[in-house]
Amino acid sequence: MPITYTSGEQIEVYRFSLPVTIGVPLVSLIVQAYVPKYFPGFAKYVDLPLLVTIFFAMARRNPVAGLFTGAIIGLVQDMLGAGEIGIYGIAKTVVGYGASSLGVKLDVENAGARLLVTLGFYLVHSAVYFTVARGLVNSTQHFNWGTGFLAGLVNAFLGVILYFVLDRFKQRT
Amino acid sequence: MESVLGRYRNLIILVGVLFLQVLGLAVQVKKGESQDTRLIRVWALRAVTPFERALVWVQTSSGNVWHNYFYLRGVRAENRQLKEQIEQMRLEQVRLSEDAAQARRLQTLLSFKEQFISKTVAAQVIGTSGSDLSRIVTVDKGENAGIKRDMAVITSDGIVGKVLLVSPNLAQVLLISDQSSGVGAILEKSRLQGVLRGTANGEVVLERVMSDEQVQPGENVLTSGGDQIFPKGLPVGTVTKVGNGKDLFLNIKIKPAANLSRLEEVLVLTGKQEREVVADDQVRVRAADILAQRLPSVPDKPATDATPAGVAPGASPASTGINATTKPAGTTAGNALGTVKSASGNTPAKSVAVPVQPGKTSGKTSAPTSAAQKPKVNKASTEVKPEGVQDEPPAQPSIVEQKQAPVADQPDAPPPQDNSPQ
Repeated sequence: MPITYTSGEQIEVYRFSLPVTIGVPLVSLIVQAYVPKYFPGFAKYVDLPLLVTIFFAMARRNPVAGLFTGAIIGLVQDMLGAGEIGIYGIAKTVVGYGASSLGVKLDVENAGARLLVTLGFYLVHSAVYFTVARGLVNSTQHFNWGTGFLAGLVNAFLGVILYFVLDRFKQRT
Repeated sequence: MESVLGRYRNLIILVGVLFLQVLGLAVQVKKGESQDTRLIRVWALRAVTPFERALVWVQTSSGNVWHNYFYLRGVRAENRQLKEQIEQMRLEQVRLSEDAAQARRLQTLLSFKEQFISKTVAAQVIGTSGSDLSRIVTVDKGENAGIKRDMAVITSDGIVGKVLLVSPNLAQVLLISDQSSGVGAILEKSRLQGVLRGTANGEVVLERVMSDEQVQPGENVLTSGGDQIFPKGLPVGTVTKVGNGKDLFLNIKIKPAANLSRLEEVLVLTGKQEREVVADDQVRVRAADILAQRLPSVPDKPATDATPAGVAPGASPASTGINATTKPAGTTAGNALGTVKSASGNTPAKSVAVPVQPGKTSGKTSAPTSAAQKPKVNKASTEVKPEGVQDEPPAQPSIVEQKQAPVADQPDAPPPQDNSPQ
């Protein structure tokens, strides 16, 4: 039964087994790299590593764990690309920290909250990514609000489904 | 102090982690395109690609079983259609080989060097970067297959990109649609050169073409060879839209010939050879040449009498060909391409009347007496003069004349070639 209280004492904090901690992010990275081979639009509208980052951060409710989860997943995502290493890392670090901090204060166990939180963090992630890319790396990439919002919605709906699947791997502390 | 650190511990760690990553980014940006990050990229690839390989293997195997053993509907019809296509392509090949032979002779005239694709490695695409902002694909071959950084990657349709990162069994290919890619390209008809680049939204544009030039949509774009990665003449794509860009340049959008979003197998060009163009000896052996070789008893004629149409009086017929060894001076034979003056001519030329074909200068018009005496183009000393072009069209040796050559008299000589236009 999901915990809906928001007081610090009563909030449920979850942990995950080592295979899940390593395996789920790895699978998300593999799927993210493999599926666009057949569906090119997948990479444009879906960011599975981001969804996994948000899920782990919200479930653990530990900002330090959240930011490190985001940093590691983001850096590996950077390594698979051709650009400078660190852009995704910074963006997902911020998201991981924010999601875990939010998880401490708000109920993020129901579908509606998850939908809104994922949409919000997708936009935060995009904003940080493009700011870093343009400001630090001098990239000419630009953010399209229409496409970005649509991608955020797609990620949000996908995230709600994914989170309910990943809930099965949660272990109470 | 301790309470402050404890209170803001999470925030301090966040700032620290962000600072380290910004520092790392700054180092990468300052160093530019360095190999410092190569190792960790290879590690990341190695962690991910075994699973991708397995997925590709499963998908390919199941697909093969289905297509090769079960789904054979329409195979016979397709086979018949392909056979017809082969016949048509054979006819086309005959015509193209004639054009190619002519092009080689003309290139020989100008001492062109051409690049040949001598070796390729077929590789299967097993993954992508997973990001819409970084357009690269991963292939299942690497250093062990002879692949190195900056090698060109193509498909049968056109160019794909270049090798960016190599590990023993893997390679990452930067697609031409990526922002950081750049390919030397040339428009097929107008021969305008530019630089092909990817854009942030994955389009491919041709840059550096001046806005006062005329470029039509639909025109094909080829590689120019100027980037030293792609050999010249590979198909790049087609112009889809032409508009005014910034800084007096046109904004030309290109649709890539290769389907970059659905890549399955690619070819990595692992071997390129650059050599000087040599006209093929097996093509365009003209009737006059054969006569000159097979009939040694033909008496020498005075140059004035033997001068055919299109050759200036006083010129040795031998000097009309590009491979000619000529009289030392005063040679002003003309053809449609101009006069070739060879400084290396010390072999006496036979005075055999050889008509000059405009625009199709044969490499064997000098009438060598044997295969060992085949004249070679002296690249350093061959000079093409545009002057002295004769307006009068030269005579064309007929196929009848060629077939009358007494082949049987000299068994060691090569058989005569069909000189008729295809």
